[in-house]
Amino acid sequence: MNRFAELLDRLAYEPGRNNKLRLITGYFREVGDPDRGYALAALTGALSFKHAKPALIRDLIASRTDPVLFGLSYDYVGDLSETVALMWPKRVPGNGESFPGHPSPPPSPARGEGAQLGAGQQTSSTTDRDSASDGRTTPTVPSPLAGEGQGGGYRGRDARDALHPSNHNNPPPPTLTEVVTTLRTLGKTELPKQLERWLDELDETGRWALLKLVTGALRIGISARLAKTAAAALGDKDPHEVELIWPGLAPPYLDLFAWLEGRGDKPVNRDPAPFRPVMLAHAIEDTDFAALDPADYVAEWKWDGIRVQAVAGRDERGHVTARLYSRTGEDITGSFPDLVPSLRLAGAIDGELLILREGRVQSFNVLQQRLNRKVVSPKLIKEFPIHLRAYDLLGDDANDLRELPFAERRERLETFIGKLDDPRIDLSPTVPFASWQALTAARADPASAGAGEDADAVEGVMLKRRDAPYLPGRPKGQWWKWKRDPHIIDAVLMYAQRGHGKRSSYYSDYTFGVWTAGEAGDELVPVGKAYFGFTDEELLQIDRFVRRNTTEKFGPVRHVVHEPDTGLVLEVAFEGLQRSQRHKSGVAMRFPRISRLRWDKPPREADRLETLENMLKADESLPTIKVAASADSR
Amino acid sequence: MRGSSPAMTGEYRDTGAYMSTMRPQDILLPAAAGLCCKPGGFHIDPVRPVERAVITHGHSDHARAGHGRVLATQETLDMMRLRYGENFAGSTQAICYGEEIRLGDVRVKFHPAGHVLGSAQIAVTCKDTCIVASGDYKDAPDPTCTPFELVPCDVFITEATFGLPVFRHGDAAGEVRKLLASVALFPERAHLVGAYSLGKAQRVIALLRQAGYDAPIYLHGAMEKITKYYQSRGIDLGELRPVMGVKKAALAGTITLAPPSATSDLWTRRFPDPVTAFASGWMRVRARARQRGIELPLVISDHADWDGLTATIAATGAGEIWVTHGQEDALVHWCQSKGLRAQPLDLVGYGDEEESETPLQDEAEA
Ligand SMILES: [Zn+2]
Repeated sequence: MNRFAELLDRLAYEPGRNNKLRLITGYFREVGDPDRGYALAALTGALSFKHAKPALIRDLIASRTDPVLFGLSYDYVGDLSETVALMWPKRVPGNGESFPGHPSPPPSPARGEGAQLGAGQQTSSTTDRDSASDGRTTPTVPSPLAGEGQGGGYRGRDARDALHPSNHNNPPPPTLTEVVTTLRTLGKTELPKQLERWLDELDETGRWALLKLVTGALRIGISARLAKTAAAALGDKDPHEVELIWPGLAPPYLDLFAWLEGRGDKPVNRDPAPFRPVMLAHAIEDTDFAALDPADYVAEWKWDGIRVQAVAGRDERGHVTARLYSRTGEDITGSFPDLVPSLRLAGAIDGELLILREGRVQSFNVLQQRLNRKVVSPKLIKEFPIHLRAYDLLGDDANDLRELPFAERRERLETFIGKLDDPRIDLSPTVPFASWQALTAARADPASAGAGEDADAVEGVMLKRRDAPYLPGRPKGQWWKWKRDPHIIDAVLMYAQRGHGKRSSYYSDYTFGVWTAGEAGDELVPVGKAYFGFTDEELLQIDRFVRRNTTEKFGPVRHVVHEPDTGLVLEVAFEGLQRSQRHKSGVAMRFPRISRLRWDKPPREADRLETLENMLKADESLPTIKVAASADSR
Repeated sequence: MRGSSPAMTGEYRDTGAYMSTMRPQDILLPAAAGLCCKPGGFHIDPVRPVERAVITHGHSDHARAGHGRVLATQETLDMMRLRYGENFAGSTQAICYGEEIRLGDVRVKFHPAGHVLGSAQIAVTCKDTCIVASGDYKDAPDPTCTPFELVPCDVFITEATFGLPVFRHGDAAGEVRKLLASVALFPERAHLVGAYSLGKAQRVIALLRQAGYDAPIYLHGAMEKITKYYQSRGIDLGELRPVMGVKKAALAGTITLAPPSATSDLWTRRFPDPVTAFASGWMRVRARARQRGIELPLVISDHADWDGLTATIAATGAGEIWVTHGQEDALVHWCQSKGLRAQPLDLVGYGDEEESETPLQDEAEA
C-alpha cells in the first residue's frame, strides 16, 4: 500500500503524459502480483466497495488528538484526509495513550528534571552551568565530517522514537491487495477498528492514499486508457491489444500480466459484445486542403450529439447480448434501455446518439437534459426519445470489418441498416461534393445541402478517406473534422499568469478584454481567459512582451499595459457565448483560444462589448450551445 | 493572547530591583529593535541597527548589517562578511560553542542549534535564572553542522516555523533516495532542486553524497560563494560545478541545485525537460507543493518539526516557554495543555527568513 501510495503521490505532481506512463510502467515492473493488478484496477476505476463517510474519519482523529490542534491543522491544510494522514499519531501496542499532539498529564515544570530525558550525554549540569566556563572544548566547526556532525548528539527524540519504533516491532503495513480485498467484505461496524489499525501501520503517504481510497475521493488525474497503455508497455504490446481483451478481464489481472511478461498466452475476450477502440479525426486546417484530392474522400455531417458504439453479439447459447459504449469504452447501456431492443442484429455500429422528436434531431441542449438525469424513468424515455445515427460498421455478425476500406464498410453498413429496418436507428447521409468549394458551401449552409431541418444539429462536416481501414486512435490523414467557423474577435491582453507544469516558467495564461463605455470614457472589461492556440514561437513572443510591459504584480499574476495606444491585441477564436453572472462583462466564452497575434493593431481598434452582445443574440437563436464539460466526451 | 506577552506584563525595573527579584522579562524583553537584554546591554538578532548585537546564525532575517559591535560564532561572522562585505559592523567578536562570557550583569553562553553551519542557541543567565534563545534549530541529523545540544533552562524561547502537528519531516535520507530514484527513472531529464542557498543546499548535497551519489553536482551561480565557504570549513561535498555555460544536452541525468525562486523562472529553460524538485519542510502539505508547480516535493527542513519542537521543549525542563516565528498558537496551546506557562513572543520584523517566507499566493483561478 505504501508503494502504491508513493506512485499516486508522484502521479499527482507529474504533468507530462509520457512521464506518467513511465512512472506507472515502472511500478508494474517493480511490484509483483497481485498488488499491481489491484493498482491497475484502482487506476482504471475498476474497484468497487462501500465508501466510508468523512464523519467516520473525523471520529477516528478526534479519538487520538487534541481538538484544538486538529482544528488549527485542518484550517491550515484544508483537506480532511490529508490533515488526518499527516498528523495521525501512531499507537504502538503497550505504549499507552501518550502521543505527540495529545495532552497527557503535565510533566513537572521543575528545572532540569525534564531534561534528564534527553540529556544523557550532556556534560553540563545545573551545578556547573553557573561557573564562568565549564571547560568543555566543543569545536565550533565540525571539521572533517567523519565521525562527527552526523547528528545523534542530541537524543531528544528518543522519547518519541519509543512511540514510533521502526517496523521490526510493528505489524507490517498492509498491502494494497489486503486493503482492497478486506474492504470488499468488511462489515460497516468493523470498518473503524480496521481503518485505525491500518493508519497505525502505514506511513504518511500510505495513510493519505488509504483515506482517499476509502472515502471514494481518490482522484488520480489519469485516464483508464493511460493506465492500460502503461500496462501494455510492460510487454511492449500495442495498447489497443490490451483494450480489445480488457472487457473479458477482472482484477487482479493475473492472466494479463502473465501474457505481458511472456509467461502466458494472450487472454481471450469471451465477451459476446466487446468494445472496439474508436477511430478519431484530426481537425483540418486551411492549409491541409491543398494536399488533398476531393475524389479520395467521402463527406458526412458532423452531428452535435454523443459518439457511441452499439454492439450486439451472440453468446455460446445463441442469446443476443447488446451493449452501448461511450467512445472511451465505458458501458452506458444502463442509461439507454430504450435503445437496447433495437440492437437485435449481431454487429458493431459506430454512430451518434441523438434525441429525435417527430423525426427531427434536437439540439445538444435537449440531449444534455436527458444525460443529466440519474434515474431513467418511463417519462424521461417518452419525452426524450433516443436515436442512433449510424456512420460506420466495425463488425457484421461474427466478421470483423475493421480491415476493410471505409467505402466497403459503408456499403455493408447500408445493407445492415436496411436489414435491421428499425425506426430508432438510421443512416447518417453522405454529403455529395465535387470540389472543396462545393463542400465549403455545403458546410456553410447544411440546410440546403441535404441536412434540411436537422441543420441546427450539424456542427460541421467529417471527411473520411475512401480507402481508410478502421484504425484505433487518431491516425494521420485518414479522417478529418471540419467544424463550422468559430467566432472571432480582437481583444486586448490585460493580465498574464504563469502556466503549469512545463509552462510554469512562461506567462501562458491570458486574460483579455474588450472596450465598453465607462464612467470616464471607454475602458476595457475582461471577457475571457485563454491558455492555448498559440505556437511555441508565439508563446515566447507574448512571454517577452508580458515581462517587458508589466505594470503591477500580484502574486503570480502580472498586470500588462493595456492603453488605447500601447498594448497587445489578440485575435481570439471561440465556439460560442453564454450569459454569465460571474463575469463583469455579463458574457462568458466557450473554448476561447488565441488564433493570432495582432502586433499590427493598436488596442483602440480592438472589438467592443456590443459586438459580443450581438453575437450572443445570434447564438441564442440557435439552440446549439452546449456546456463545456460535455465537449470532451464527443 | 498577545496582550499577555512579556512586553505587556513586564514593566522594566531599574538595576537595584532586578538583582533581588529576577523575573525572566527583566532579563530579556521584546523591543522594537529585537529581543533586548537590558542588564547585559545587548540585543539578540536585532532587526534594526543597535549598539551591541548577539547573533544566533547567518540567515538574513537574523543577521543584519550595521550594528556597532557583533558577537557571534566565527562561521556566522564569516557568512555576514560574505553577504554584507568587510564593514558590516563596527567591530566583531567570535565565540565558540561552550564558551561563556560576561556582558554587563549577565553571562552569555553559545550552544549548537543544529540549524545551519555556525548556528547557535544563546543561553543568557542572570543570577540563577537562565533563558535560552534558541534562534532557529533542528534536532534532526545534519552532516553539515554540529548537532543540536539540549540546554536545560528556566525559560526556553522556541521558534514555531513548523508549529503544527501536520509537520513531521521524517527521514531526510529517504527523501534523497526519492530524488535519486527519479534521476534513475528519467535519465534524459535534468533534475532541478530548489533549496535555500545557506544551509539547505549544502545539506542536500551532503545527503546525496551519503547516499552514494558521486557524480558532479551542478550549482546555480547564486549559491557558489556560500557553498565554497562550507567546503573551506572542511565539509566534503564532492565534485561541484557551476551550471553556467554547460550545454543543455550535457545536463540530462544530472542534478542541479538552485535557489527556489530560480526554479520557476526563465532560467529553467536551459535544462532538458527539467523535473522541478523543492527541498523544504513546506513540501509536506500537498497544496503548497502544487501551488509552486513542484513536480518532486522533498520534505527536507532545517527547522525542527512538530515532534522535534515538542520533544525539545519538554526536554529542556523549562517551566516557561516563549514562542515566536510562525505557528505560535498551536505550540502555545500544546505547552499549556502540558501545564507549562507559554505565550507568543511578538517580534516585529521576524519571519522574513527564506524558509519561513509565505509561499506564493494562490493563483487566482487555477
Ligand atoms: Zn534560520
